[in-house]
Order: sequence, then structure tokens, then C-alpha cells
Amino acid sequence: MRRSTKKLQSVAELEQLRSRILKRLKKPCVSVCGGTGCHAYGCSEVAASIKKEIKRQGLTRQADFKVTGCHGFCEHGPLVVIYPQKIFYQRVSPKDAPEIISETLLRHNIIKRLLYVDSVSGEKVNFEDDVPFYKKQQRLILGNNGLIDPTDIEDYLALGGYSAMSKVLFNMQPTEVIEEIRKSGLRGRGGGGFPAARKWETCRNAPSPDGIRYVICNADEGDPGAYMDRSLLEGNPHSVIEGMIIGAYAIGAHYGYVYVRYEYPLAVRNLSLALEQARAYGLLGENILGSGFSFDIKISRGGGAFVCGESTALMASIEGKIGEPRPKHIHTAVSGLYGKPTNLNNVETWANVPLIINKGASWYSQIGTEGSKGTKIFSLVGKINNTGLVEVPMGITLREVIYDIGGGIPNGKRFKAVQTGGPSGGCVPESLLDLPVDFDRLTAVGSMMGSGGMIVMDENTCLVDIARYFTKFLTEESCGKCTPCRDGLDNMLDILTDITEGKGKESDIELLEELGSVLKEASLCALGGTAVNPVLSTITYFRDEYRTHIEEKRCPAGVCKALITITIDEEKCTGCQVCARKCPQEAISGKKKELHKIDHNKCIKCRLCQDVCKFEAVVAS
Amino acid sequence: MKSDYEKPMAIVSKYGNNRDSLISILQDIQSECRYLPEDALRVVASQLGLPLIQVYGVATFFKAFSLEPRGEHEVRVCLGTACHVRGAPIVLDEIKRHLGVNPGETTDDMRFSLETVNCLGACALGPIVVINDKYFGQTSPGKLEKILRSYE
Repeated sequence: MRRSTKKLQSVAELEQLRSRILKRLKKPCVSVCGGTGCHAYGCSEVAASIKKEIKRQGLTRQADFKVTGCHGFCEHGPLVVIYPQKIFYQRVSPKDAPEIISETLLRHNIIKRLLYVDSVSGEKVNFEDDVPFYKKQQRLILGNNGLIDPTDIEDYLALGGYSAMSKVLFNMQPTEVIEEIRKSGLRGRGGGGFPAARKWETCRNAPSPDGIRYVICNADEGDPGAYMDRSLLEGNPHSVIEGMIIGAYAIGAHYGYVYVRYEYPLAVRNLSLALEQARAYGLLGENILGSGFSFDIKISRGGGAFVCGESTALMASIEGKIGEPRPKHIHTAVSGLYGKPTNLNNVETWANVPLIINKGASWYSQIGTEGSKGTKIFSLVGKINNTGLVEVPMGITLREVIYDIGGGIPNGKRFKAVQTGGPSGGCVPESLLDLPVDFDRLTAVGSMMGSGGMIVMDENTCLVDIARYFTKFLTEESCGKCTPCRDGLDNMLDILTDITEGKGKESDIELLEELGSVLKEASLCALGGTAVNPVLSTITYFRDEYRTHIEEKRCPAGVCKALITITIDEEKCTGCQVCARKCPQEAISGKKKELHKIDHNKCIKCRLCQDVCKFEAVVAS
Repeated sequence: MKSDYEKPMAIVSKYGNNRDSLISILQDIQSECRYLPEDALRVVASQLGLPLIQVYGVATFFKAFSLEPRGEHEVRVCLGTACHVRGAPIVLDEIKRHLGVNPGETTDDMRFSLETVNCLGACALGPIVVINDKYFGQTSPGKLEKILRSYE
């Protein structure tokens, strides 16, 4: 909720406002996670019931209530955290509201049944910082989500928001800002990992007869399984706005765009509101805080095209055109949007900028590894116990992320691989789990950091199917402009599909490698250029699995439909007839209390039987 | 009908007849009409002073747009990598079988449209199916009949 105020016209006025806000906030606060994951779990009802209960118990003046952005621990939503102690409740339902208010808020009593239970020790954990999922993280960027209602700029101000911008506008020259970012070692978080300062400097120095330059925030986040940028933009939009203002000042740009993916309407809504409020407070627009520097931001929405995450395609889309990339002999930093020098950075990259300015490059560069400074946010998803968003210092090992933070693989299954970098990345096998996570190390083993998707796979995942999955994804998203990508990907998909259907040939693996190298060399943009990575990395580390599909026409993981048969385990079947009744093809026969049998001529492998069987008697082999 | 032209014209005006806003204009029309009628595309092209083929190109390039009327209920199956790994293809197959349509199609009675999406950002609940704005998490073939029946 925004309180009306006149535009702030100096740093002094900003600081005065900040002290007033801080005085007002010396109350306990109930924070309900309103991230997408929790939304899907029904957090709106939880939030509504808590708000109602606070009112009913007459505590509206004594306690704050916020619906915030994503807290990260999506597996255990809906999440409720009570400040200042940071008591952590998980899997909360609306009917828990009265007890939370009367017991925890009023009497400081902890409700045991709502606590997180440590899966290793079996002990209940009271406070957020002690939850194993959070313990090994370093939540410099995402950590503030729990304290911010994204529809209220004053929450961001309470946390020191826009102080980095003030420092820059009044105490630093543009070149000094670029130097500070260079010293910090900040590299792009969207996938390319390009040194941010170098791009900013190129853009600043590029000739522009009319003096126009642009800064853009890439919020297209196309990698399936990645939703870090969404959570940042929905939960803390001002961190991105502040970063962009600082960057614009350093580069000499007065116009900016945030290009948001079509599938993120809540991010668009929260960002729009944030921009409106920033303008109303004099923190964006004409003559920011009386500094003489003017800069404003527009939102541009995507139309549902993965390729528009690529810089030139993105800019074409902002111009209202089809999102086709162009060759980058001349980089967009020199000639980009409308032919002007344009600096494009990812959401997370921009969000790091205020932190670096506030705490200093020396502090920042102590986090991470030699070549990769700072933290990185990953979406840890797939076959993992603790699904969610994790922020870790670069250099932490994959094993620590997957086991210490992620809680390992569910249902006692064995780890098989972790896929990083989305459709441009590759699979990393068990033998490399002690690899430190950083830009260069992941690239060296045939994968890449990418935007931060980390998909964990177990023994029931078929890596040939995964290679086919990514290739299919890319064929659908290819813009069609260049032959290697348009036709090459189609060919690769045909070969991979044949392999998964038992029609693979001995020479297929070599052919895939050859096709891949052509795509890598000759594609117009990185979509085609990196398309070979998922295929090549799975061939490198799981060649045997390919061979089994080709030579034995068998899918060891039990996934590829054409190569599996659904059968009923004689030892486990109780003859309950549930599966027979459910089968849409009437392919299961068997009398009551007798072993059932599947007629393979009728079976369409829909797995309904497997799903309804309570005795795990149906197997795919 | 006159009103068929008024809506798209009003939307183009709202964006200041600006060619750069073509994608946003089409998105607004799609929201209003649940698809992009041919006449609307002609109006947009004419008002923006663009060749029809350019507007048509944008309308067919981006997945957000449909040139065919969508059904009453939009069924979206997430095929993001996390959901894929958790069995989304089997869920999709079952929905295809139940509704009798492929992704991108609408049932003959115009009740259901089926789409696939690439990550809704709710990976903890995978495999996910979204019908209109309601999320159904941890779906499996066995749960689908009940879910779909509740919309019939």
C-alpha cells in the first residue's frame, strides 16, 4: 500500500523518509509467500485468512502483514514467516490462521506441527536460518524477498533501497561506476557470462550522433525449468529498477526497457506498479532526486518465443517486428535497438548492481571463485526432495547443492545426472558431482551455467529421451532464418526420435556429432549454436545408454514408449481388479484375487494401470 | 458488423497508432476476442499503415497468438524440463486421448482447447496442468478424469 507523498528532490529528503519508515516498522510482521509456486498451493486463501484473523483479534495496529515475493522453498509451500524471530512455518493451510495469530504472534508460542522436519535428523526446526535448505545458501539477492511487499516501494526503502543510486548520482562519475563494476568481476547472469563492465564501457564509448543510448533488462527467461528471474521481478522489482538507473547513468542512457516474457503477467503487473511508484517518489523519470540525471523505463511484453531471449531478436520484438536474430559482427552494444548503442543485461545481473555499489567491489569480489564472482540463483527442480530457488556462492559444489541443500533424490532412487544451462547446456553425471559450480568449470565439462536451471534426474530418466526433448523444444522455437538450425535441428530430431523408437542405426551417433558440429559453426545465433550441447553431453557421458537403445532396442530407464512393455509383477499383484476396470482399452484380464495379465496387442501404454495400482505391481520394462 | 471493427480500432488508438506496439496491440485483441480474427488483423494493418503480411507474420510467429477461436476452457500442460522428468508426457498423452485433440487444437464442441507450455515456474508441483487459471499439481494419468469431468 503506497502512502501518498510528494516527489523527493534530494538525497536528504530520501533519507528523512527512510528514517520515518523505519520508525513505523518496529513491529512484528507476518509474511506470507506469494510466489507462483505457493500460489499453486493456495497461498491466497492462507493470506486472506491470516489477514482476516489479525483484524478479528484487533491486532492491525500492533502487527504488520505482508504478502511477499517468492521465499524460495517452493516444495514446502504455503510458507509463513513471522518476524523478527523468523519463525518458519511450512505447508500452512487457511484453518491454521487463528492459531498462528493467537499462539505465535501474541504469545510467542511455536506451533510444532507447522514446523519443517529435518529429513536427516528427524528434528523440527524453528527458525528459517536453521532450515537445512537455507543454511548453505547465501541469499544476498533473493533473501530480501521475504521482507518486501512488491506493491509497496516503502518496503524496499526500509531495506536501504535507492541508496546505491543516490551514491552513484551524487558521488560518482560514470567512469568510476564502470570501474567499480569491473573490479567486482560481475559477469552476466543470463547465460553468456560476459563481463558486465566491458559491455557497459563498449556501449558508453560507441558513437551516437544524437546521443541516444538504451539499456534493456532481459526478462524473457525462456529456459524451461528456470524461474529465478520471474521471482526476482515479481518479488523485488525495485532492485532491478535501481540497477538499471545506475547502469544507465554509467553508460549515458536516458531510456530503458524491461522485456518481459508473455507468460509472466504477474511480473508485468508488479513491475508496472513499481515503476509508477518510483516515478511518484521522484526516483525515476525527469531529474531524479534533483541530480540532473533523467531516465525512464518502459515495459515491452514478449509474445511467446524462446528465441526472443537472444539480444537481437529481443530488440526486433521491441520494435514490433518478428523476433529474428541478425548476425552480430557488430554487437548490440554498438548498434542495437533502433540502431543505437544498447546495453542488454539479465534481471539477476541488474539486481546485483546496487549490492556492489553499496557494499563495494572489494567485498563482492571475495565471494565466489577466481573467474566467477558473487552468487548465482538456481532453480533446483526435477527429481529432488527440496524443489525451489537456491542462491549460492559461485564455487559451491554440485554435490552440496543437490544433497545438502536439495535434500537428495526422493523415494530412495539413485542420482543419474543433473542438467544445467537449459537447452544450451548439458548433463553432468555422478562422477563430476564434486565440480565447483562456476561459469568456466561447467563449460569445460560440456555443459554451461546458463540462466540457472538445474534439473536433477534419477535412474528412471532416459538420457536419450532428454536429448530428444531438448532438440524437439529447439525445433519448435527455431525462428527458421538460417539453414543449419532450421534444417539441421529437424534432422537431429529425426535421428533421436528413431533411436527412441528402436529404429536407430550404428552410424547415428557419429552422424549426430557431425551435424552438431555444423550447427555449432554455422548457425546465426546461439540457439542453433548451442543446440548440440544436450545431445553431445549425453553421448559423452551416457554413450552406453544410446548403444542399448540402438543395438538392443531397449530403454533401460523404462521411459521410451516404443521400447517398453507394461507388465504385472506376479509377486505383487493381489488380483483386486482396479487396473482392469480403469484400462481404457480393456487390455487387462484376470479374475478376482488372481494374477492379472496385460494383452500387449491392446495396450497403449497410457500407464493408467500403473497409476491406480496400490501395490506397485505394474512395471514398465 | 460495425462493432467488429470498433474494438481493434480502439485498441490501436490506445497505443497511439504506434507501430512498435504491434505485439501489445495483438495481445490486447487476443485477450478481448480469445483469438485474432482476420478482420481485426486487417484493421490493425490499415490503421498502422503496415502491409497485412507484416501483421500476419507477427501474428503467426509468436506462440501467444491464435488465429483460430479458442475453446471455453483452456487446458495448458506444462512440458518444462522439470515436469518432463516427472512424467508430463504421459499426462499429456492421457489428456489427448480423453479430449480427442492434439496440442494447439480445440474440441469440436468448443469446450476445451489444449496447449502445451514451457514452464510455469511452479516446478515443485510438477507435472502441472492449468485449466483457465486454476493450477492442478502433481497430476498423473489416474487423476485426470476427475479433473476434466469437473469442467463438463
